[in-house]
Amino acid sequence: MKIRVERDGLADAVAWVARSLPSRPPVPVLGGVLLDAGSGEGGETGDTLTVSGFDYEVSAQVTVPATVAAPGRTLVSGRLLADITKALPNHPVEIAVDGARVTITCGSSRFSLPTMPVEDYPQLPAMPQRTGSVLGEVFGEAVSQVAVAAGKDDTLPMLTGVRLEIEGDRLTMVATDRFRLAMREFGWEPSAQVDPTAVLVPARTLAEAAKTLGASGSTVDLSLGSGDGLLGMAGNGKRTTTRLLDAEFPGYRKLLPAEHSAAAIVEVAPLVEAIKRVSLVAERGTQVRLEFTGSAVKLTAGGDDEGSAEEELPAELTGEPLTIAFNPSYLLDGLAAVRTDRAHLSFTTPTRPALVKPVNEDGGVAPGYLYLLMPVRLPG
Amino acid sequence: MVGVGRSGDLPRALRPAPGDPPPDDTGCVILHVDMDAFYASVEVRDRPELRDRPVVVGGVGPRGVVSSANYAARAFGVRSAMPTAHARRLCPHAVYLPPDFRRYQEVSRGVMAIFGEITPLVEPLSLDEAFLDVAGALRRMGATPAGVAATIRARVAAEHGITCSVGVASTKFVAKLASGMAKPDGMLVVPADRVLDLLHPLPVSALWGVGARTAEQLRRVGLETVADVARCPLPRLRRVIGVAAAEHLHALANGRDDRRVVPDAAEKSVGAEETFDTDLYDRATLRRELLRLAERTAAALRGRGLRGRTVSIKVRFADFTTITRSRTLAVPTDVAREVYATAKDLFDNHVPEGGIRLVGVRVEQLLDATRAVEQLTFDAPERGWRDAERAADVARTKFGLSAVRPASLLPREGGVGNSAKREGGTG
Repeated sequence: MKIRVERDGLADAVAWVARSLPSRPPVPVLGGVLLDAGSGEGGETGDTLTVSGFDYEVSAQVTVPATVAAPGRTLVSGRLLADITKALPNHPVEIAVDGARVTITCGSSRFSLPTMPVEDYPQLPAMPQRTGSVLGEVFGEAVSQVAVAAGKDDTLPMLTGVRLEIEGDRLTMVATDRFRLAMREFGWEPSAQVDPTAVLVPARTLAEAAKTLGASGSTVDLSLGSGDGLLGMAGNGKRTTTRLLDAEFPGYRKLLPAEHSAAAIVEVAPLVEAIKRVSLVAERGTQVRLEFTGSAVKLTAGGDDEGSAEEELPAELTGEPLTIAFNPSYLLDGLAAVRTDRAHLSFTTPTRPALVKPVNEDGGVAPGYLYLLMPVRLPG
Repeated sequence: MVGVGRSGDLPRALRPAPGDPPPDDTGCVILHVDMDAFYASVEVRDRPELRDRPVVVGGVGPRGVVSSANYAARAFGVRSAMPTAHARRLCPHAVYLPPDFRRYQEVSRGVMAIFGEITPLVEPLSLDEAFLDVAGALRRMGATPAGVAATIRARVAAEHGITCSVGVASTKFVAKLASGMAKPDGMLVVPADRVLDLLHPLPVSALWGVGARTAEQLRRVGLETVADVARCPLPRLRRVIGVAAAEHLHALANGRDDRRVVPDAAEKSVGAEETFDTDLYDRATLRRELLRLAERTAAALRGRGLRGRTVSIKVRFADFTTITRSRTLAVPTDVAREVYATAKDLFDNHVPEGGIRLVGVRVEQLLDATRAVEQLTFDAPERGWRDAERAADVARTKFGLSAVRPASLLPREGGVGNSAKREGGTG
């Protein structure tokens, strides 16, 4: 194999593929990236270089233009290659395989790396059939709004995922860690008539993929044949598959409150600032109390031992006045996730979940997103 | 069994004669446990080739001082706090090692954990010594104080490969003196009616709180021994060294010391560990051990009104390499189910296969349960388990430790059982 490729395209491709590689691969080849220059085996032919990585959970593959002098395939350490390509000067890069070593030449820099046996590398899973597509930025925003509520505790695997539900041209994403639940609904373009489907995707992988694919400005193709056990995502020359979680997502619809006894519309930025300030006296993982009196909300935190803080903000409350307490970081997550200047907060009782929703320009609740948050028990 | 160290160094009154009955340890509920040449012993344990050589741990730079020297080095006059350069002149052929405090801390935590399993009344004085009040443990362990001390010495040796010396007495002051006299690798019981026999021949500098300056003041008025101080009228003693010091020393010299064993005010962690008679390889058996340890840890947390945010496991392999892995939970817990689920996950994902001689479960980042913020959950299974485990606590206090346990910990026919299995708690 002998090729020439642009430095930026190569560095970007390798960085993206290497990011999904395991930091401590169980076998060395899984820490490698596969470079395939028009060999025909990667599905790509002609003047292209395909960079692939796979660890049996996640696969990532990106194709960049290249001048192929001699086609071929080689496997090298992904981390090392990513570090090298990131540091190369801005000149065309030549990659040549000679026996068990690969030589990378760029300007006057020259690297020689050992290769790993290509034949030991696992076959990347085939991309499931395309199910439909969605605008990249919509997809990216939705995933980040929802993934924030996913659990990080691997002992409850069904809570570490984001559930994707498809019904006609509606796509719903939902995640919960038992303490809060985030849900986003939006329109997408199914490629054909699809049966209602639901899959559970590891939240961390989905968030990583959505960040890159969503920023590309193009559309993102989704492939989620439920029989494959895979979700495929592709856009802008990049494609990735992730293994689905084989776990039952909790029945969440019944958690969504049908009505509320009090509600207020608040300015998000001043409330976020105030929560951060008063939380300075709250030890990690403690609470911030919100006391709604009708025309204002008083935030308090701390106590006699560790010091206390309070701050008052205007907030028009309709309904019964109430005092309710939350883990400040969970509340901040929700206020950051609405992505609007104002938020609609609604409550029933101090021990029942509260709802945070975005508010649009004309002051109404914007449909499509909700963040449901369990309070912490008030002292006494 | 009452092991005693170099009995030739002991006051004649306490020197056991062959055929003597064991000393009467009634009421001797204060133990002072002191590791022998602690840092040096840890080094020798981990490098058996050093066993018979003088080993000095300390600053190896030009201004370094000796932190610890094993008994082979002490034979040449090497002492703690001596400049290392001086030690090198006394004993040039010793092995000089820089201290590795992280390792000593880890061993110290393990040793203190053994104490903690015996009694909650543990007052650590430093990494390598602690006072224990074992009054409450005697009936439970079916042992006398000397028996408890022997158990501690055996467990420290078996689980950590180092030796310690224990003083057993009715007061802290005498217990501490006794451990010093029992060194190395010994135990000394000072029966309540022999305390003065032990104390009175000693020089005044043996009294707690008597440094070089006070010793000199006492010597100037003819008070050389503890007996002299004990017999000195209080008013005269007050004139020599002041009111407070006089009362303090007079009480000590007469064997009175009513300082209690005060446990470390804020406990840093609660946990339990288990050393196996033979190395274990079977993962299902090891998981069952983790469940047992999680039960013990969570019960200890509930018993002390504490909850913790971080669950850690410790695994020591057959070759003594030791790893700890931890995870911080979203919500502080005192529930065995949650402790076990986390411990098991850490074990399954972070502990390689191999022969294992010890496993431990520990909960850290503790806070008072009454101050713990109770983050409510959509499903609240955590509350359910806590209530169930509390009920089991009550049953255990009434009917004994084995009254209530998880089904997977029940003894079974044919030995090997399945690993404990937990179904998800949400739905």
